[in-house]
Amino acid sequence: MSEHELRVSKIRDGTVIDHVEAGQALNVLAILGIDGSEGFGVSVGMNVPSDRLGRKDIVKVEDRELSQSEVDVLSLIAPEATINIVRDFEVVEKNRVTRPDGVTGVLSCPNRNCITNADEPIETRFDVVADGVRCDYCATILRADIAEHIDV
Amino acid sequence: MRQDHLITATQLSRDDIEAVLDRARAVADDPAAYADRHAGRVLALCFFEPSTRTRMSFDSAAKRLGMNTIDMGDVDSSSVSKGESLSDTVRVIEGYADALVLRHPSEGAATLAGERVDVPVVNAGDGAGQHPSQTLLDLHTIREDHGLDDLTIGIMGDLKYGRTVHSLAAALTEFDANQHFISPESLRLPRSVRFDLHETGAQIREHEELEPVLDELDVLYVTRIQKERFPDENEYHRVAGEYRIDAETLDSAADDLTVMHPLPRVDEIAPDVDETDHARYFEQAHNGIPVRMALLDTLLENASPDGDEGTEVDR
Ligand SMILES: [Zn+2]
Repeated sequence: MSEHELRVSKIRDGTVIDHVEAGQALNVLAILGIDGSEGFGVSVGMNVPSDRLGRKDIVKVEDRELSQSEVDVLSLIAPEATINIVRDFEVVEKNRVTRPDGVTGVLSCPNRNCITNADEPIETRFDVVADGVRCDYCATILRADIAEHIDV
Repeated sequence: MRQDHLITATQLSRDDIEAVLDRARAVADDPAAYADRHAGRVLALCFFEPSTRTRMSFDSAAKRLGMNTIDMGDVDSSSVSKGESLSDTVRVIEGYADALVLRHPSEGAATLAGERVDVPVVNAGDGAGQHPSQTLLDLHTIREDHGLDDLTIGIMGDLKYGRTVHSLAAALTEFDANQHFISPESLRLPRSVRFDLHETGAQIREHEELEPVLDELDVLYVTRIQKERFPDENEYHRVAGEYRIDAETLDSAADDLTVMHPLPRVDEIAPDVDETDHARYFEQAHNGIPVRMALLDTLLENASPDGDEGTEVDR
């Protein structure tokens, strides 16, 4: 058993989000809306060695699988992530994330003067572009700082 | 143009633009043929931000098509100040009018309005976003002088907040135009506009000074640098002064350089330019009438259920 596997214990049922860019683990939890109060078992490994990424974060959530919209947003901050579904200690499904065409209702627009930040009954909508996302309403482009604008 | 709304200039193809401008030319040549074309229809002028000129321009264009216009009155005294959402306001007004012109201080307001209502929506300026009907009249003015291909244009002033600039730059990518952007560093084009320009492979260059490019230009499009963009008034005066032109500035320009400005100007174009052959900004403003008539005519035609209304009008 390798060193990084020891740091984060195995789970019986749930989801392992692996190959998360180092430093993004807490943002992954934010995307999933997990703050510990839900009662799921959560383990987080940060800055563990990785052949592929050098260093990576890893998030294990017990008794919880991810919705497509969660995976979509996850892909924006952790494009290399793999999502492993675990049942009875076995990985039964292993998926790479893929970037969606757009995300709805998850990010807030950083442009304070955007109509989505006025008091309107409206969901934010962002198109995914080459190296970021772009507000469908005001066209503002969000790049490195996507995680700061996750609306949870 | 088959769209129901005009929200941003990026939605316009070359064919769309040429179709509206051809129609604008036909309107200008024979206004009487269009006089009753939309009699009995109502245009709502929804100005959440004051703009006497744009409002009057749309009002005049609509009336010359035989339409009636209604407006919200002062924003201060309307339900807007009572906290009603834009979404609700436009849904109510949709029931009063056959088309809606919207000016709003927030970027994306017109996109939202277009999603909420079925009647045509024209964006008449959304914050620092877009102002596509201005672009159509700008292009009309340029086309009459130089045509729209093989064009070298300098766009100068506040490129960051200048919505007329954002729309114009986007529309020009449909044509064979070299675009030079001249502004202080702090007011250069926003990232999203540059992104779109680069995506289309447009020929663009950015400068801090006009002088090195002036003699290459067919068109110089000047915009106002607004005092309120600067925390420090001295800084404003220093910057604004560098982007002011007068008749002497234009000595080194081509004889047929066209100088344009979306107006109102403050002092970025000295009055002595008015007397030169370069000045075209008042004609540009006047072109708003036939162009907006052509635009409203096109959108109302698209919106009508049978789509063939008025085909007997000779164009
Ligand atoms: Zn926005």
